[in-house]
Amino acid sequence: MSSWHSTAALWAAVVLSGLYHGANPGMGWPLAVSAALMERRRDALPKAIAALGAGHFLAMLAILLPFSMMTALLIWERPIRLAAGALVIALGSFLLAYRRHPRFLTRVPPHRLAFWSFLVAMAHGAALMLVPIYLGLCAAGAGAGHAAMAELMRANSIQAVLVAALHTFAMVTAGGLAALCVYSWFGLKALSAGWFNLDLAWALSLIVVGGLAIGLAA
Amino acid sequence: MTVRPDPTFYASPALAIQAPPETLAYTLMLSPDASKPDGLAVVDLNPASPSYGKIVHSLFMPYRGDEFHHFGWNACSSALSPMNGHPFRERRYLIIPGIRSSRIYVVDVKGGPTAAKIHKIVEPEEVFAKTGYSRPHTIHCGPDGIYVSTLGGGGKDGAASPPGIFIMDCDTFDIVGRYEIDRGDQDKQYDFWWNLPRDYMVSSEWALPPQFENGIVPADLLSNKYGHKLHFWDLRGRRNVQTIDLGANHQMALEVRPAHDPVKEYGFCGVVVDTTNLEGSIWTWWRDKDGKFRARKTATIPPESADPALLPDLLKGFGAVPPLVTDIDLSLDDKYLYVSCWGTGELRQYDVSDPMAPKLAGSVHIGGIARRTDHPGGRPFRGGPQMIEISRNGRHVYWTNSLYSTWDDQFYPDGVPAAMVKADVGANGELTLDKDFYVEFPEGYRSHQIRLEGGDCSTDSFCYPSAR
Repeated sequence: MSSWHSTAALWAAVVLSGLYHGANPGMGWPLAVSAALMERRRDALPKAIAALGAGHFLAMLAILLPFSMMTALLIWERPIRLAAGALVIALGSFLLAYRRHPRFLTRVPPHRLAFWSFLVAMAHGAALMLVPIYLGLCAAGAGAGHAAMAELMRANSIQAVLVAALHTFAMVTAGGLAALCVYSWFGLKALSAGWFNLDLAWALSLIVVGGLAIGLAA
Repeated sequence: MTVRPDPTFYASPALAIQAPPETLAYTLMLSPDASKPDGLAVVDLNPASPSYGKIVHSLFMPYRGDEFHHFGWNACSSALSPMNGHPFRERRYLIIPGIRSSRIYVVDVKGGPTAAKIHKIVEPEEVFAKTGYSRPHTIHCGPDGIYVSTLGGGGKDGAASPPGIFIMDCDTFDIVGRYEIDRGDQDKQYDFWWNLPRDYMVSSEWALPPQFENGIVPADLLSNKYGHKLHFWDLRGRRNVQTIDLGANHQMALEVRPAHDPVKEYGFCGVVVDTTNLEGSIWTWWRDKDGKFRARKTATIPPESADPALLPDLLKGFGAVPPLVTDIDLSLDDKYLYVSCWGTGELRQYDVSDPMAPKLAGSVHIGGIARRTDHPGGRPFRGGPQMIEISRNGRHVYWTNSLYSTWDDQFYPDGVPAAMVKADVGANGELTLDKDFYVEFPEGYRSHQIRLEGGDCSTDSFCYPSAR
């Protein structure tokens, strides 16, 4: 696979994972439906989605930025990518074995949507899922030459913000669309009818992403 | 864990009203003298069935002397809370506490009416050790756990420290611990309920165990020592944010019934007796725009004078029967509030479309201390209307007749054999007793709370409004 192709595939993965996270009711779009219905104002829906997006974006940054610092250590590039892959697999396996949801998530006051979204993305490894993809992008970009360390760090932090922003944009789009459909056309019945238990799929996708990261880095 | 949400979880009250009608009721049976174990009766409510109105299965407990009272589900519509993100539990287990023994039974009702079986028993020692509370009572399924109110605190008589609420794990049924971080002025406990999206809880007060376990204490009642306060809580902050004293003469503030539609920020509470005039009363509480809670008496029910020869010793001196408002229940459309007058033997139906001005819309008489009205089918009905449950569609109202073992004996010395009856609600709200519905219970038992298959008007809490 050429470098151009793999870069495009990695960016596509950033978008697809965003759509996946956004469409998953567990990441919060039902809160936007609830907000619009409770406040009896349609514009409460985009406001709630924006707050959820903000929390999600911050969670992505909180995980990606530390890794962007580490990417400057070029000689450690492969071990870092292998370790990140292993970490994601470990979380996926943990979620597979331990199917309980953290109780504290339901104890966040309902008006603190961004905070809730941040905690959910952290607790479920939504941000961690992006790390292997992000590291792949950094590696693809670094092939060009031997940039100065400071320059590389700067470029990689910008890359982290871009990845988080694009991913969040996709997440907000999918979640917003789901919320809008239920609110405007399908009605609340669709909420329970269309809600599937994604625990298994979620844990497996973490394992697959981690496995791919290790496969590509090795 | 299931792949799809339980079909009996409803996002809004409107969806619950439209759901298929219930075909089973679960009714608690208690042995008032503890000579037999308490039990759970499964009653057939399917009019097309040959066993309609009959007990099709009874499950008796391995211990005696539990004194069953209230109970609830392990999971309900609150599982669809958008903050939960994981509505994949089944409505499958009934959590049944014994208020005398402090033992809690978890009964698995999956697999049809005759399959009910004990899944787990939480022994009283675990309740005492992990919570410092005793005498568990009301059960509500929250999105993060099962909330249990208790009537007793610490010490042998349950009065050494205040009672409160504790939380049980919704998967393992282990006790997690106390709910309260700051209880404020709350020192007694009875019922509680909440508004999940608005994030508040309301709790009420009956009395401490020495004031009820061996019967009502007339001296305490006449000196206004029973509960008369409502407590409002920051639900997730677990703090008492406001206490409203209804006035000391308003003795025993029992059932708390918030509007089911979470967009409405009001609810009701029933007060058993006003010690100045023996009235029963309905109170409306609400939250103002400034976030403060208020409460006002919005309906009163007068006592009825009676020949002292017909009255138990407790009431002879008054020559009157107090209505004794012991239970209230609100239909899922928030339109009708049903009120038990356990003393006078009347079930009242109030139109509460305007919650600040309940209008008496219907009434049926059955039982009563002095009236002693028989069931229209011809059979006797001792006691009075007590625990009420309303079908999700609002067309049927079921009730039983026992209040509490020792109090039954004081107000109805001739005994209160178990009964469960039904009234139908017509298209325009007209309330009529069904003369053909009269559930027969085993000899020597009394009947208490009723739960309906798939949820009812006093279990499910909804996270989304009915309409926009």
